[in-house]
Amino acid sequence: MALNFKKETFREDYTYSNSDAAIKRFPFPFPEDQYMYSVNIEPHTKGKQGTVCEFTFDIDEHYVAECLDKKITLEQDPGRYKALPHMMDAQWDFVELTMEALAQDYPEHFSLKKQGLIWTWENKPLGIKDTFTFGDTSTLATEPFDYIGRQLQGDFVLLDHRDETLYADAGIVTSQADWSLAFNVGMSWREWHGPVPRATELGVMDRALKYLLNLQIGSPVRRLNWTMTVNPRLDTSPENYPHWGGERNTVNAENIGDLIHLRVELQTLFRLPRSNAIVFSIRCYLISLKDIATYPRWAKRLHRVQKTMHPDLIEYKGMTKFHPMMVDWLAKFDDGETLAIGTQPE
Amino acid sequence: MSMINVKVAAIEQVTPLVKHFTFVKEDGSSLPAFSGGSHVVVSIDIGGRVHRNPYSLMGSPMENEAYHISVRRQENSRGGSVFMHENVTVGMPLKITYPMNLFSLAKKGRKHILIAGGIGITPFMSQIADLKRMGANYELHYAFRSPEHGAFAAQLKESCGDHLHCYIDSNATRLDLEALLSDQPLGTHVYVCGPSPMVVATLETARNLGWPENHIHSEQFLSPPIGEPFKIQLARSNIEIQVSAEMSMLEAIEAAGVEADFLCRGGVCGRCELDVLETDGALLHNDHFLTDSEKASCKKIMPCVSRAKGERLMLDL
Ligand code: HEM
Ligand code: FES
Repeated sequence: MALNFKKETFREDYTYSNSDAAIKRFPFPFPEDQYMYSVNIEPHTKGKQGTVCEFTFDIDEHYVAECLDKKITLEQDPGRYKALPHMMDAQWDFVELTMEALAQDYPEHFSLKKQGLIWTWENKPLGIKDTFTFGDTSTLATEPFDYIGRQLQGDFVLLDHRDETLYADAGIVTSQADWSLAFNVGMSWREWHGPVPRATELGVMDRALKYLLNLQIGSPVRRLNWTMTVNPRLDTSPENYPHWGGERNTVNAENIGDLIHLRVELQTLFRLPRSNAIVFSIRCYLISLKDIATYPRWAKRLHRVQKTMHPDLIEYKGMTKFHPMMVDWLAKFDDGETLAIGTQPE
Repeated sequence: MSMINVKVAAIEQVTPLVKHFTFVKEDGSSLPAFSGGSHVVVSIDIGGRVHRNPYSLMGSPMENEAYHISVRRQENSRGGSVFMHENVTVGMPLKITYPMNLFSLAKKGRKHILIAGGIGITPFMSQIADLKRMGANYELHYAFRSPEHGAFAAQLKESCGDHLHCYIDSNATRLDLEALLSDQPLGTHVYVCGPSPMVVATLETARNLGWPENHIHSEQFLSPPIGEPFKIQLARSNIEIQVSAEMSMLEAIEAAGVEADFLCRGGVCGRCELDVLETDGALLHNDHFLTDSEKASCKKIMPCVSRAKGERLMLDL
């Protein structure tokens, strides 16, 4: 099925919106009325038709606009792409993984033709067609990870596996929830997770790392993470905090349903074959409170989750300014009905 | 766990004790690429019992038409290698895991010293392909019993040239670990694979010379040792299982139809870890995963290689 790509923006006038179909398939992250960090990792197996897990990488109606937004961010700040020299094998592994998956899952939009190591890649939505030699960096205009990373929604980090831990040794990061690639590159698992409150005490981080060190080729895994963002802005980076931090002050009881967005990251992790590296993919989905409330079940659940949120998490996720107002706004949708476990909208 | 269906494309006797097997995908498609030092676990059915043995991939990681493994015949093992030697024939279908790597090269290493003993040469065969491709600085030190046991020595001479140094017991040429490891530039990594005395000697020598722990790498697959039969109780499944002398605990659990997690089946990855709820006898920890204090606490066990003595071993499964 061919997708209709929308013209929309993720900055300044914020014309981003979700179609009814996009709302319905939104990866709502709360199966229960309470939320706390856990090792919520599961195999990244094929999901039902139409869901965000149907394919290895999800391409949706926002694809073209998101790639454009990524281009703007990278132009303004080339430091959003970084790859240490020993990650070149991982870069090519990443090219193979993504091109093969996209060509197989979305044949009307992407194609990959191979003649030995001579590959021809065509990306119809973005009007790109190139022939290159797999493994030979001189045959592409940019580094391979940069080349294909720009043609995908979401952020990617390539992790080197050594010394019984993972190091974030390459990344293309333009839609992050307030963390910095430039700051984190070269860091290890425990170092970059240092700021996360409570998770270390709960043992979540050590167990998750142990699991990831065993990640197998051909058996990717996934998890959801979430936060709240004012306006549908992809680039909520520390580097550009001056551009978005102040938007929190514009939220009031009248506009909160339009301004506050639930930001969900579908995080997938794949073992890469030649490099033994791991790719961490962070695919960001945004939905306004108003759109969530079109499904009463979601509004009720979100209300309960937010009402009982641990104060440390409210602060860590940057929600302090608008959190009470948000709980009040959501309260009017909650009649107290018991909800079964599950994230489905209806 | 995802498995790959392969068939045996060729078998070659390389030394009196070693056979080389070539696998291709059963459906003719290509196999996944892999990284130097990777292994696969081969499943073989011996009289209705599934044995799973890890073998290093020896081919070039860039070649994905076929995988290559070598198997040394171990007379006193539990039959896996004997079966591979005597019963596996060309054309036979087998199931293998995706490649996994518990012995990867340190990509940031300035120099790499590879030390192989006997069949321990196998993981280095694919690592050398990677090292050559990366133009890395390396030395391969290969020790074996006598000229006819130097599987792949000729082939390695051709591909490694001056980088290869052979030590042959019967010619009384010996590897001097102390000399080799005491004069290496900063940023050198050492890798060892072979019989356990050689591995232990290498690790000890490197440590005594003050090598940083993360520059010392070893791979030593443990064949699950033969032991005494014993019984286990699975608390959540509410059953008792007899573990026979030649079966591993993990195999016995699987044979009883209980799903158990596993990965390396060689006592190194940690995936199969089980909590011990009760025990009356000694636990025979054969793994490289648990720390000494965890082993002493008798609270955890790795059923892929470890065993027990006694009547009662209640596991949280
Ligand atoms: C291996 C790839 C991963 C990378 C590169 C990564 C990176 C990060 C970074 C940079 C942060 C933000 C820390 C900050 O505030 O500066 C973060 C947060 C977090 N990470 Fe990871 N992470 C990875 C995998 C995982 C996995 C598998 C888990 C599973 C439990 C996890 C759990 C968390 C949690 C709970 C947070 C806090 C998020 C929030 O509350 O918004 N991470 N991660
Ligand atoms: S399966 Fe790896 S330690 Fe047991």
